[in-house]
Amino acid sequence: MKKRSSLVAWLFIIVGTSYFLLPLIATFLFSLRAKKDTLGFTAYQRVFADSSFYETFLFSALMALLTIIASLLLLVPTVYWAYLRHPRLHRLIELVSLMPFVIPPIVLVFGLIKSYSRPPVILVQSRGLLIAGYMVLTLPYMYRAIDAGLRATNVKTLTEAAQSLGAGWPRIIWQVIVPNVRGALVNGAFLTFATVLGELTLAQYLAWPAFGPYLARISQNKAYEPAALTIISFALTWVIFGIVLLVNSKDQQQTQFGGTH
Amino acid sequence: MNWSWLGTVPFFLFACAFLVLPSASLVIGSFQDNAGNFTLQNITDLGQPSIVNAYLLSVQVSGVTALLGTLVGGLLAWAMVLGRLPRFVRAFLIPFSGVASNFAGVPLAFAFIATLGRVGFVTVLLKNLGFDLYDKGFNLYSFWGLSATYLYFQIPLVVLILTPAFEALRPQWREAAESLGASGGYYWRSVALPILTPALLSTVVLLFGNAFGAYATAYALTGGSLNIVPIMIGAQIQGDILHNPNLGYALAFGMMVIMTLVLALYSWLQRRSARWLQ
Repeated sequence: MKKRSSLVAWLFIIVGTSYFLLPLIATFLFSLRAKKDTLGFTAYQRVFADSSFYETFLFSALMALLTIIASLLLLVPTVYWAYLRHPRLHRLIELVSLMPFVIPPIVLVFGLIKSYSRPPVILVQSRGLLIAGYMVLTLPYMYRAIDAGLRATNVKTLTEAAQSLGAGWPRIIWQVIVPNVRGALVNGAFLTFATVLGELTLAQYLAWPAFGPYLARISQNKAYEPAALTIISFALTWVIFGIVLLVNSKDQQQTQFGGTH
Repeated sequence: MNWSWLGTVPFFLFACAFLVLPSASLVIGSFQDNAGNFTLQNITDLGQPSIVNAYLLSVQVSGVTALLGTLVGGLLAWAMVLGRLPRFVRAFLIPFSGVASNFAGVPLAFAFIATLGRVGFVTVLLKNLGFDLYDKGFNLYSFWGLSATYLYFQIPLVVLILTPAFEALRPQWREAAESLGASGGYYWRSVALPILTPALLSTVVLLFGNAFGAYATAYALTGGSLNIVPIMIGAQIQGDILHNPNLGYALAFGMMVIMTLVLALYSWLQRRSARWLQ
């Protein structure tokens, strides 16, 4: 009885794993065939020799960083404030943070273009609009991360202790609250980074030279470079989540996952 | 007078400007004609065969990948948690699921082209073994091809969600059932599955929404040739393919309505399962 169940389990795991590994193996093998009749890393060399690769990557990485900073600046004080003083508002904030689930990226970008491409407010050519869009896309994950962090912290006691020692609000938030929820913030930040880095929909329709549209363009025009880029993207995702898992295993936090597909 | 609610004003201003206003403007636009007068014409125009087909295709891809994803992901989670496998299986599968559930868009589409495309690795391998996938009716740039690709991020998501649910099944329940003479099958049918049902249902609903809103993967895979709703909206943004921008807004409004229903169903099931597990 015990033996049989283990055997079936092995079967499932092996079949499942091959479904997940085959595309990676196939892509990797394909990426090695850029030079006729030999296996080699020519495709990777070409990718790394392409200046657009760096430019678009840096652009997206910068947008991701700005998104993370803006999200934290906006959300940490808000959620903290709601915890401390306004449990009722907390419900409303939670509801708002769920809204992006209802608005897929393609609908969001459609709405942003419709709202901000004509007077009174024209923002479609501003990086600010792209960042705002990314903040909306990643709001559910960022909110949940911050909320989970604050839930596990005794916000009221810490605040009262800091106040009794004479600290002002900015100081309480950045020197008392933030260090206590750092693990959760890092979690949300990296998830945001991973989401923004390869994001296609917003960047494409708001016409920015980001990494996602670059990947799409290369995969339509080239044969072997996209394979190399796929492997590079997969490795990057591993690096990002490796850091998340490392931080979480230290902080005993539950990892959350998400993203746009 | 307590003014401290002022601290939450920036958040609500942000939400109004970039969440409420864009979606409200689409909703309003779908009830207007080109001159800005109120009309229901756009909503009734959603009944055009091409649009109905796009919604149907979107619902089918989302439904099939949600059901298959939950089934396969559930079996994997079961095998991992209750299959008495060595520890490294879990140590590998959980982080891998985290990565794979986030591996989507252009790279994912390309990985599947390299695997199951016309000259893909598996296609050629099977051809050399005398089995021609494409002769047998398979096509990566079709319904099943898109579904197979979506499953790559759907299944790992299920593993992540259902692992805690399987872990919550106490071995004592099984022992109790067995000591009362229940067979393994009877235990699963009458004890384990009823307990897991709310979690399974909410997983299906979450996966449905996950696939329904997906754009990048489908765009990169089919280049826009497979008419699911997000692809149609994308084409509408680039040029007025519907010959009526307001019909485009109605198309987006329809997506929001379906996603709202999905979210409502999900949170209802979540509340139910939370009650169950207490």
